[in-house]
Amino acid sequence: MKIVISAKGQDINDLMDVRFGRCRYFQIHNLETGEFKVLENAGQKSGGGAGIAAAQQIIDEGVDVVITGSLGPNAFDLINKAGIKAYKCDEISIKEVIEKFKNGELQEINIAGPSHHGM
Amino acid sequence: MNIAVLSGKGGTGKTTVSTNLSLALNANYVDCDVEEPNGFLFLKPNIDNVYEVEEEYPVINKEKCVGCGMCVKVCNFNALAKVKDDILVFDKLCHSCGACQYVCKFGAIEYKKRVIGRIESGSAFGINIKQGILNKGEPMAVPVIKKMLSSINRNELNVIDCPPGTSCNVVNSLKYSDFAVLVTEPSNFGLHDLKLAIELVKMFNIPFGVVINKDNGEENIIKKYCINNNIRILGTIPFNKKTAELYSKGEILYFDRDHKNIFDELVNNIREVLPWS
Ligand code: SF4
Ligand code: SF4
Repeated sequence: MKIVISAKGQDINDLMDVRFGRCRYFQIHNLETGEFKVLENAGQKSGGGAGIAAAQQIIDEGVDVVITGSLGPNAFDLINKAGIKAYKCDEISIKEVIEKFKNGELQEINIAGPSHHGM
Repeated sequence: MNIAVLSGKGGTGKTTVSTNLSLALNANYVDCDVEEPNGFLFLKPNIDNVYEVEEEYPVINKEKCVGCGMCVKVCNFNALAKVKDDILVFDKLCHSCGACQYVCKFGAIEYKKRVIGRIESGSAFGINIKQGILNKGEPMAVPVIKKMLSSINRNELNVIDCPPGTSCNVVNSLKYSDFAVLVTEPSNFGLHDLKLAIELVKMFNIPFGVVINKDNGEENIIKKYCINNNIRILGTIPFNKKTAELYSKGEILYFDRDHKNIFDELVNNIREVLPWS
């Protein structure tokens, strides 16, 4: 299973970023193989629609799960349509996020948070 | 001749200055603060013309679309996304640039129009009045502002009530201006916002001056700043019981004996810098 986490840094000990569209990095962890990859978030540089750009990027990576703080309406819509499950977590280290996810301690995101228009 | 009235983020009397200045100048009043136009609350015009502002957005013909994703790649505004083989359109983010239709080799993209706001015009107290309104939930004000400003006659005298702050909405309003009136108030916030506004106006290389709102007649940081930096103070609006009273009743300061001269003086000071016939 491939999970993607919005992150402040590129290391597994760095903190999760609760922002989805405007986070700096996405860390993609493959729980079966232990493989791990870091992407720069395509959304952070865009004027508007950061959440859409970010969502598109992780959809293209073929992940199964996204873990972040909350999702704006557009990103939520896309991730839902792509059949990716979204889970909520706080600003803790990526390592701990993964632990919590494995233990089934994270809550699913079922509604979109407020939208952010960065124009 | 277009005179832009600007202010910092919060309500520092931008609308008060622009509406009264329009009356004192006998100029057209143009409210470009399309996200929150409120000049009409004071001027209470008869509206005799309303027209809608439309924007185009792409519609995907599912029969022709092969899901190649070229349109998504070319869109600079994140208005398109691809999920599985479906193309999703986020019409509110679309800038109607036409790129997606251009790159689609399968003729699967057509454009439709949707209404994002409207422009109302009318008159009050013998002056022409226009306001742009952006519909709630629409993120892009620029098309409404552009429509408004391209519809006014620059040979006439127009006072443009700009959007607050220094966003691209203000920039678009300033593009059409010959003079800028920067409204501020004597506080640290006021000075901070004024500095930003000055930077912006300087980029456009247009003459400008400052109006100090809520001025008690004494020395203050704005006056000091303007004098030290050789910036023209065009006028001050007092802050007293009478002003507050008129304001709270929604009355027009220019029609009050004690306040009329403030704006007449403002006009004289602007005339010194920007002579017109
Ligand atoms: S470019 Fe045309 S064919 Fe390709 S995905 Fe977009 S609409 Fe479909
Ligand atoms: S018209 Fe331009 S902005 Fe709108 S969806 Fe197509 S490419 Fe994007």
